[in-house]
Amino acid sequence: MSVDDRARPDVGMGQPGGITRRRFFGYLIAAPTLVTAARLGIDLTDPSSAAAQPGLPSALPSLPSPSDLVDLNDILTYAADPTANLIAVIINPNGTASFALPRDESGQGITTSSAMLIAEGLDLPLSKINISLAAARPELLFNQFTGGSNTTIATYTPILVAAALARQALLEAAAIELGEEVTDLTTSAGFVYSSSGAKLSYGSLATKAAVMTTSAASVTLKPSSDYTIIGTPQKRIDALAAVTGTKQYTLDVVVPGAMPTMICRAPTINGTVVSVQNAAAVQAMPGITNVVTISTGVAVVGQTFGQCIDAVIALDVTWGPGSVDDLSDADVQAALVAAELPFTVPTLPILAQTIDVDFTFWWKCNSALEPQTAIADVQSDSCQIWSSMQTPILVAESVAAYLGLPVDAVTCNVTEGGGAFGRRMFNNAPMEAVEISQAVGMPVKLMWHRTDEFRYGRVHPACTDHVQANLLLGEVLSFEQRHTGVSTDYTQGFGEILTSLAAQLPDQNFLEYSNTIFETTVNIPYNFGITSQLLAEIYDYDTFHSGSVRNLYNPDVVCARELIVDQIANAMNIDPYTFRSQYLNDSRALAVLDKVATVGKWGRKMKPHTAQGIAVHSEYHGRVAALVEIDCTPTTTNRPLYSYIPDVTGTTGPRVTKVVFAVDVGLAINPLGLQAQMMGGIMDGIGEALTTSLHLQDGAWLEGSWDNYFYTRQWDVPFELDIIVMPPTTGDPGGAGEFGVAASKAAVACAYARATGTLPTSFPINHNEPLQFTPFPYVPPIPQSPDLQPPA
Amino acid sequence: MPNQTFILNGQQVNVDCDDDIRLLWVLRDLLGVTGPKYGCGLNVCKACTSHCNGQAFNPCSVEVGNLQPTDEITTIEGLPATVGKALHPMQEAWLKVDVPQCGYCQPGQIMTAVALVNQLLAAGISTITDADLDSIANVCRCGTYYRIREAIRDGAKAMQS
Ligand code: FES
Ligand code: FES
Repeated sequence: MSVDDRARPDVGMGQPGGITRRRFFGYLIAAPTLVTAARLGIDLTDPSSAAAQPGLPSALPSLPSPSDLVDLNDILTYAADPTANLIAVIINPNGTASFALPRDESGQGITTSSAMLIAEGLDLPLSKINISLAAARPELLFNQFTGGSNTTIATYTPILVAAALARQALLEAAAIELGEEVTDLTTSAGFVYSSSGAKLSYGSLATKAAVMTTSAASVTLKPSSDYTIIGTPQKRIDALAAVTGTKQYTLDVVVPGAMPTMICRAPTINGTVVSVQNAAAVQAMPGITNVVTISTGVAVVGQTFGQCIDAVIALDVTWGPGSVDDLSDADVQAALVAAELPFTVPTLPILAQTIDVDFTFWWKCNSALEPQTAIADVQSDSCQIWSSMQTPILVAESVAAYLGLPVDAVTCNVTEGGGAFGRRMFNNAPMEAVEISQAVGMPVKLMWHRTDEFRYGRVHPACTDHVQANLLLGEVLSFEQRHTGVSTDYTQGFGEILTSLAAQLPDQNFLEYSNTIFETTVNIPYNFGITSQLLAEIYDYDTFHSGSVRNLYNPDVVCARELIVDQIANAMNIDPYTFRSQYLNDSRALAVLDKVATVGKWGRKMKPHTAQGIAVHSEYHGRVAALVEIDCTPTTTNRPLYSYIPDVTGTTGPRVTKVVFAVDVGLAINPLGLQAQMMGGIMDGIGEALTTSLHLQDGAWLEGSWDNYFYTRQWDVPFELDIIVMPPTTGDPGGAGEFGVAASKAAVACAYARATGTLPTSFPINHNEPLQFTPFPYVPPIPQSPDLQPPA
Repeated sequence: MPNQTFILNGQQVNVDCDDDIRLLWVLRDLLGVTGPKYGCGLNVCKACTSHCNGQAFNPCSVEVGNLQPTDEITTIEGLPATVGKALHPMQEAWLKVDVPQCGYCQPGQIMTAVALVNQLLAAGISTITDADLDSIANVCRCGTYYRIREAIRDGAKAMQS
C-alpha cells in the first residue's frame, strides 16, 4: 500500500476551507494544572461566538436553509453549533496530555487521529498523549453522536485549537520562568527550548501555566505546510492492548456484583411474551439466580454466560405473534416494486435508446463481532451504564425517562466497541440491561447471543433501485434513479439531530429524515442531461428492526448507477474507463479514477471468465475510485465451502483477486488509519456484492451464525490490494469510516458483469440460489454450543 | 460441585464448577481471563481461539469437564511466555503491520496464526501459501483480512529465526 505523495503542498494557504494563519479562539480553563479548551462546531475564528463565556448561553447562529446544506456531514457538523460545549486538553504535571474524546471508538481509529491532532498542536510525542472516551455529557446535546463518518470533520479544528492554546500557554509560562521573550523560545517533543540553551519540560510548566479564572484566549495555528504529524502514517495507539488481549470491551469491565445475563427472544420479529411455563424450574437450574419477563423477552441471570445459554434454551414460553409474520422476501420485493415512483422524463424522440433496469439489494445485518453488550447498575436514585454507545446522551435521556430519574443521575460510561457499523447507534442493549437490573435489584452484565444478533438485530433494509437512462446519437439525454426501500429507522442518532435542526421547518416527519439523508448523500457525478434521484419507502419505520450498515444509501445506489454507466458505455461502444473520463463532471473524481486506472493497469488482457471493473463515488467531502479484478472461472467459483468450514454445503462463488483503490478525503490526518478504513470498506463491498445477506421467511431471518451469513472471509480476500491515499486537495479532513464500501461494491459488480457477460440485478448475486446451510430452529431461539473434545 | 483442574498459561488452576460449562465461560466468568473473546459460542467465528497442548481450539465449544489435569491451555495472555519473551514474534508482526481495527477478533486471529505456522513448521513447511491463509476461518467484521495475511507471512519468518 502506498501514500501517494508525502511531500505535501501548503494546502491551507489561500485554499477554501484549509487552515490559514487566522486567529482561532478558545479558553484557558481555571484548574490546578494547565487546561485549555475549544468549542466543537462553532466558527472558532469568530470571537463573538467562540469566546463567549463557557456556561453562559452564546448567541445562536441562524440556521441555514436546507438548500444551503451541502451534504449530510454539514448537517451533522452544524447540528453541534448552537449548543456545543467545550472539549478540553489537560497538561499533566508528569508531562503527559489527556483528552476525553466525546465519541465512540469502535475500530475507526479516531482515538489515534485525535492524539495526532493534539501531538501536532502541542509538539508532544504521541506516546505522551492519553485519549479516553468521554462519558455521556448531556450538555453536548447532539455533539456526542458518532455516525455518518463525521468525527474527524467535526473535531479537527477544535482539537487543534485547544492543543495550540496549551502550547502557547506553556511558552508564556516558560518565558516568565526564564525571563526571556516568547519569541526567543521554541518547542519540541514536550520541551521548551530557549535560544540561550535552557530547556524546560512541559511537565515542569504544567502547574505554572495553570490559571485561576477561566478566560477566552486566541492562538494562531501553524500553516499546514509545517505539519510534522498530521498527514504522516501512524500506527494505532491501542494496537498493543489489542494484540495482547488487554484491550477492554464492555464484557471485560469489572463491575462488582454484575452477573452474566441473556434474553430468551420470540421466534419472529417483534413477537411478544404471552406466558412463561417453567420460570421456577429454570430459576432452579445450576448457577441461575433470576428469571424475569421484560419488554423484549424473558431475561435470565446466572453465574456464567454458559449457564445463561442453558437457561434460555430450557425456557418454555408461549409467544404472541410478531409484526411481520406473514412476510417473506418475495412479498417485500413485490411491495417495493409496486411503490417505485415514476420516472419524470417526457416522451423521447423515436430513435432514442432506453436502458431500464430494476435492481434489488437484499437485507444486510449490521452486527459487529462483539455482540450487543451492556452493564447496568440501577439504584433507587441513580443508574450507571457501561456500553459502547454511538448516542450516549440519547441513552442517558431514555434511561432517565424510563426510571423517572433526572438525567444527571444517569451515568453513561462509553466503552470501546468491538465494531459498530451503525449498530451501536441504537440503545437496545443498554435499555434492556436497565430494565433487567431494575427488575432483579442488582447490577447485570447483558450479552446478546450471536444468533440474537442475526435474528433480532438491526438490518439495512431491502431495497430496489430502478434506473432508466435515455441515449440519442451518442449523447446521454437523461439518467434517473428511483430508490425504494423498506423504511430505515433514523429515530435514534441521525433522526434526533435532523429533528432538532428542522424544528423550524414545517411538516417534519419520518420520511423527511430519510429523504434528507438520501438527498444529501446521493449524487450523479456525470454530465448526463436530465438527472434525478428520488426515494420512496414502504412500511412504518419500526416494522422491521432497521438501521444503517456501514454507510447509508450509497452502497446500493452507487452499485446500480455504476452498472448502468457500464451499460451506457457498452451501448455507445466506449470503454468503461474512457467513458467515465469523458462524462465525469468533477475533477477530484477524475483524479482518483485516473489513479486506479493507471496503477491497476486498466485494460490489460484478462483470461476468459475473469475481468476488471471500475467505479467512482463521492460522499463525506471526499472522492474514491476502485478498480477490481474478479475470477469467475469454474475452478474458483466452485470451490466447496466445506473445504474451509465444516457442515456447510455449497460453493464459495467468484473471487475478487485484486483491488486498486484511490481515496481523496481532502486531507488525510492519518494515511495509515485511512487505508485501514478503506480496507474494511472494500471487504464489506466484496461481501455485499457476492455473498452477504439475510433471508426473510415468514417474519423471521433464516440466518443465525457467521457460517450462514457469509460476510467476507479469508477465502474471499484479494491476493493483491493497493490502497492509494491521494495528496491533500481541500486541506480539510473528510469522513472515512464508511467511505470504502460503495465504490468497491460497484466495481465488483461491474467486474462480475463483464467476466460473465450477464448483468446481475439482485445483490448479493447468490441471494436467490439454494440456501447453503440448514437454519437453526426458532424455538429455542439460540442453539447450544457444540461439545467437542479438546486436542490431545 | 466437581473440582476442575488443568494447566492455564503455565499454572495449575483449580475451579469448582459443573463439568458441562464450556471452558470459555470458566476462563472469562470464573477465572477473569478475558483475552479470549465471545463472538458466537458455536465454534464458528474463532474469536475465542486459544491453544490446548499447542493446538488451536475453541473453548466456547469444549466442556471444562473434558479437560485432563495435564492439559495445557494457553490463552493470548500466556502466548509470550511460550517463547520466553515479552511478546510473541507473531504479536510483533501484528504490531509492525498495524493489523487491528476494533481489535475484538485479534487475540483469536493471533492464536490461530501461531498454531497454523507451528503446525506447518512441524511438517517441515516453511513457506506460507495463499491456500494456507485461505483456510483460516476466523471472522474479522472490521475487514482486516489482508493485513492479517501480511502479518502471518512476516510472523512466520520471525518464528523461524
Ligand atoms: S466464540 Fe468460540 S468460535 Fe465463536
Ligand atoms: S478488528 Fe474488529 S473484528 Fe477484527
